[in-house]
Amino acid sequence: MASTPAADPLISLRGVTKVYGTGATAFQALKGIDLDIVASDFVAVMGASGSGKSTTMNILGCLDVPTEGEYLFRGHHIELLDRDQRALLRRKYLGFVFQGFNLLSRTSALENVELPLLYRGEPRAERRDQAMAALDQVGLKDWWDHTPAELSGGQQQRVAIARAIVTQPDVLLADEPTGNLDSERSREIMELLTRLNEESGITVLMVTHEPDMAAFAHTIVNFKDGLVESIDASHRPGQRPEMH
Amino acid sequence: MLGTTLVLALRSIRRHLLRSFLTILGIVIGVAAVVTMVTLGNATTAAVQKQIASLGTNMLMVRPGQGFGRGGGGPRPADFKPEDVEAVAQQVAGVTAVAPQAQTSVTAIYNGRNWSTTINGTTDAYFEVQPWPLEEGRIFTQAEEDAGKAVCIIGSTVKTNLFASEDPIGKRFRAGDVSCDVIGLLTTKGSQGFGGDQDDVIIMPIKTVQRRFTGSTDIRMMLVGTDAAYDSEQVQASLTSLLRERRKVQPGQDNDFNIFDTKQISDTLTGTTTLLTSIVTAVAGISLVVGGIGIMNIMLVSVTERTREIGIRLAIGAVAREVLMQFLVEAVALSCLGGLIGLVIAQIAVAALAPVMRVDWVFYPGINFIAFAISAAIGVVFGYFPARRAAALNPIDALRHE
Ligand SMILES: Nc1ncnc2c1ncn2[C@@H]1O[C@H](COP(=O)(O)OP(=O)(O)OP(=O)(O)O)[C@@H](O)[C@H]1O
Ligand SMILES: [Mg+2]
Repeated sequence: MASTPAADPLISLRGVTKVYGTGATAFQALKGIDLDIVASDFVAVMGASGSGKSTTMNILGCLDVPTEGEYLFRGHHIELLDRDQRALLRRKYLGFVFQGFNLLSRTSALENVELPLLYRGEPRAERRDQAMAALDQVGLKDWWDHTPAELSGGQQQRVAIARAIVTQPDVLLADEPTGNLDSERSREIMELLTRLNEESGITVLMVTHEPDMAAFAHTIVNFKDGLVESIDASHRPGQRPEMH
Repeated sequence: MLGTTLVLALRSIRRHLLRSFLTILGIVIGVAAVVTMVTLGNATTAAVQKQIASLGTNMLMVRPGQGFGRGGGGPRPADFKPEDVEAVAQQVAGVTAVAPQAQTSVTAIYNGRNWSTTINGTTDAYFEVQPWPLEEGRIFTQAEEDAGKAVCIIGSTVKTNLFASEDPIGKRFRAGDVSCDVIGLLTTKGSQGFGGDQDDVIIMPIKTVQRRFTGSTDIRMMLVGTDAAYDSEQVQASLTSLLRERRKVQPGQDNDFNIFDTKQISDTLTGTTTLLTSIVTAVAGISLVVGGIGIMNIMLVSVTERTREIGIRLAIGAVAREVLMQFLVEAVALSCLGGLIGLVIAQIAVAALAPVMRVDWVFYPGINFIAFAISAAIGVVFGYFPARRAAALNPIDALRHE
């Protein structure tokens, strides 16, 4: 083991592997990932297509489980949790933004943003207030009654971000959030993520292919062939994620 | 939790109105068909039974000849004689009364109005062997019967056509060449059922008919009332042997008369309508199942969309159970709504069809309940199981589902 980080990491992966399929068709997407992420960091994950970025994000987001290895979130072993426990963990601590937005169709922006609060069992009035506040944060307060079909790509992604942050999660995971957007819209999204990271202290993990977008992050993790190739923490000295 | 689920389910229904409508449609048609068919089937059975009861259930109809569709060649078997009637009434155990019948057609005339009808000559026993009460007036006296007086009891159709709204009792009209006094008016039997309008009849003492109309003492038919305490087969057997003897039928020869048991007819008809009801019910049941398959189709068609939706819900932290509960509530709500609409349509259809089919409008709670319960079950099965498969997926796979 290398030197201990200054703060306890929020997230630690230890020797994480992921094998898709079984037998002859088995494919090892991750070959032993070690990664520490401290709270309030803004991490960009880069790497060639197929290098295992999304696989890692899904594991970090408790959407999937590692085949082997340990995943510690706030010191808890996530790899030991069952489906429902992971769902509750997602509900409580994690927010997701996907490349394809993944909003419910024919559903207003407000109702989309409300959804996580519904599952949390928040009362109606609170749901509304918090969802409106989240929409306000992403600058879409006036668009609350629009359905995804009535919003531009950039606006849809901002609704998705509002939905991800409405529960005030610890971590915001974004897999290529700007992948479907032009550069102007992409910049807006990155500025929004930066603001959320700085103002609310949300830890942001983001996959991107574009160096321009990665430049907004404090830490850049490079993947290659199912392994972490390098970590560049130069944008945020003193908060280095450790490589083991 | 339940409140949340309800909110989610109702939102989902509202958002997919067309899909919801199509889902409901199958159930609506199925339930409406089943309930309408079964209700009308039962109502028809009830109507037939009522009709049969009006014939009298403990009654044998005895006629010369070998019965329907037989007795092709050869001389026509002789009619019965008044002595035969006497003999049957007195010698066969279990016989309560025997009403002879002699019929003829006639044109009745009253106050310038003409009406062609049938005269049925019989005795007061006619009113003993079958239930046909008088609306007003009286039946014949023994003296009238013995003397062959020209008195008569008329059916409601004759009354309407001859007397319109006048009270016919005590009036005199012409039946053919005979002047005839009305002493009684029969209640209306209704024209539905077997062999035309039963109310289109004039009943007179048989002697009157024989002497003044037919000119012979032949009797075309006997209505034999039997005591319910006796075995009908037994009564028929002794009746048969008595008549064979009197009509000199040789051993080994077929009867030259036939006996109809109204109870037998009643059983046959009831059996037939019950069978018809079950067939119709089966057909309607099939339409309910087809409706269910329609629902399943729609659910399966929307499964891509739904699987992604489930993926989204799971990703933002819904537990599989919660997602499933939503789909369950949605399916139950839709099929219950469909079931209710179906029930309402069925009542309307029955109310509209009952008069056309000349049956009474009846509400059978049982079939309504069963159809409703089945519709709910179909909704649950077909709405829930596709969702269950989707909810078992990994959220990532569900999100990626194409
Ligand atoms: N569900 C799956 N079943 C089988 N193989 C998979 C599955 N998901 C990913 N893989 C494989 O695992 C490898 C890593 O995939 P992953 O999606 O993590 O790559 P990525 O780095 O996100 O690539 P991209 O930049 O194209 O999104 C790829 O070779 C991919 O084909
Ligand atoms: Mg990817």
